[in-house]
Amino acid sequence: MKGKDIRILATEVRKDIIQMTLQAGVNGGHIGGALSSVDILAVLYGAVMNVSAEYPDDTLRDRFILSKGHIALAHYAVLAECGFIARDDMLTFEKSGGEFPTHEEMNIRKGIEISGGSLGYGMSIGVGCALAAKRSDAEYRTYVLLGDGECNEGSIWEAAMAASKYNLDNLTVIVDVNGQQLDGYSADVMPIYDIVQVFQGFGFHVVEIDGNDIAQLEGAFAVRCLGKPIAIVAHTIKGKGIPEIEGKTGWHHASINQEQYESFVKQLEEAK
Amino acid sequence: MIEYIPENILRWTRLGMRKSFGGMMEDIVRDYEDIVILAADVASSAGLSRFQSIFPHKFYNIGIAEQNMVGIAAGLAKEGNNVFITSFAPFVALRAYEAVRVLVGYMDLNVKIVALASGLSLGSQGNTHYCLNDLAIMRTIPGMLILSPADCIEAAKCLEFLAGYKGPAYLRLTGIDGTPGVYKGDYCFEPKKNALLREGTDVIILGTGSILNECVRTSRALKQDGISAAVVDVHTVKPLDTDFLNQICRKYQLVVTVEEHSVLGGLGGAVAEYMATAGKHPHLLSIGIQDVFPKTGDYSYVLQQTGLSALQIKERIKQRLETD
Ligand SMILES: Cc1ncc(C[n+]2csc(CCOP(=O)(O)OP(=O)(O)O)c2C)c(N)n1
Repeated sequence: MKGKDIRILATEVRKDIIQMTLQAGVNGGHIGGALSSVDILAVLYGAVMNVSAEYPDDTLRDRFILSKGHIALAHYAVLAECGFIARDDMLTFEKSGGEFPTHEEMNIRKGIEISGGSLGYGMSIGVGCALAAKRSDAEYRTYVLLGDGECNEGSIWEAAMAASKYNLDNLTVIVDVNGQQLDGYSADVMPIYDIVQVFQGFGFHVVEIDGNDIAQLEGAFAVRCLGKPIAIVAHTIKGKGIPEIEGKTGWHHASINQEQYESFVKQLEEAK
Repeated sequence: MIEYIPENILRWTRLGMRKSFGGMMEDIVRDYEDIVILAADVASSAGLSRFQSIFPHKFYNIGIAEQNMVGIAAGLAKEGNNVFITSFAPFVALRAYEAVRVLVGYMDLNVKIVALASGLSLGSQGNTHYCLNDLAIMRTIPGMLILSPADCIEAAKCLEFLAGYKGPAYLRLTGIDGTPGVYKGDYCFEPKKNALLREGTDVIILGTGSILNECVRTSRALKQDGISAAVVDVHTVKPLDTDFLNQICRKYQLVVTVEEHSVLGGLGGAVAEYMATAGKHPHLLSIGIQDVFPKTGDYSYVLQQTGLSALQIKERIKQRLETD
């Protein structure tokens, strides 16, 4: 995947997300949290992870676990841009009987490691993958993408405890801190007092960055700490890339019409 | 008090059971001072946004933490509150199940679980969002009352009943926005008593939840083929109305159960368990979702995939009558 211009990749993925949401009609898409995570995904797939569309089931591939499973559309888009999924297939997003529902279904050939949609499980699975790597002395790395709302789930912290106990320095957890969840701002719904300190308390090496900044992301993904799992606390903006919806509530899940689609694409082009 | 006027009924049907929940509770809490509602970051999905702004002191958003929500509900109930908790069905029923069993069931606390969008109603969202075994597992908690309304009007009736009920209860909301109702206006809802929706003499169809809308259409279609099928609304899945099974169902040659739920352990299971151990009984046909994770898609597509459309139900019944 390496070599592709990450910024261009990110913009293409954002366009795909909007197109998929339009095509999904009344089913809509989780557009807000998809857009906030795009830069994280683009850097992972464009510059960081050792994965290849030619050998999707290579046992030494890095593992990417999408724990905030409702943004499968963003994952489908980046997988399509990187050749794992055909574009036409990507556009069957949410179509009846299709391979690409709202929440992804495990499909290693297409680069999809787990079935997602029930929040709070991805980190446990990631701990398992990382533990398996340690057991077999395999050199792949495991990346888990969490939502900040998702971190309300106690299971996240159970997994954190275990990651630290087993010294999983081959695990990087990224939290997309866009400050919102389904019902609105996390500050109102269920705030986490200090997520950096919480991860530190569980024994992680924590890196805090602007999660919509490509260079900062690249820097964060290069960090290693012997014997410790890494948590990247990535501050982002929900709806990032489309000024009209950036940071606004009401865009967690939405349907859009043709007019909005055109306006969103224009805003994306201008914001580039 | 809830008003069963055409304007309300129309609005509920347009919204569906899930999004009508909040509005119904706005009316109900005015008569029940002790009610508090807890949601797990799904207030807007449950139509509770306005409730939250009108009654901020009666509402708590616990975040995406369903087990924690059940625990907090247990504590509130123990201290005398009349607690309603809600999330999407799989998360509140399956994810938090053991908490429900111990903290609500075992301690017999006054917590009413409102399970949103159960069955297949979340369509394209897929299997993590379907809930096809909640009846099965909730049934096995001693003392758990299980209500499964046929439409929005009946959901309102159930909520009104639950507001005055004390003890563990599970309310299973099904259907999508626009699913037609089977009741047309106000009616006399009798908890724990099956309700006859259509008379019939050859076959009796026991349905539960919004799938009853399909069952009524099945019965109409069967009538055209000269088969007279009664349709019964089993709004209370537990305790089962065994008087009805004994006195009414035994008169038929075939008893059919229909549910948007696994064929294992739900209404079909409950009826079969009872009938099989209570003497001679009619033939039984259990229609529901086979023991598979269905292919996902729009709601109507998944109903079709799982054989739960009116015409597919009709065919199953006809085939069965021919072979019996
Ligand atoms: C266990 C579970 N509970 C509830 C939901 C419903 N749900 C889907 S997305 C979401 C909010 C997620 O918030 P966050 O993790 O912050 O994601 P983002 O804001 O980045 O989209 C909720 C509550 C779910 N999918 N799984």
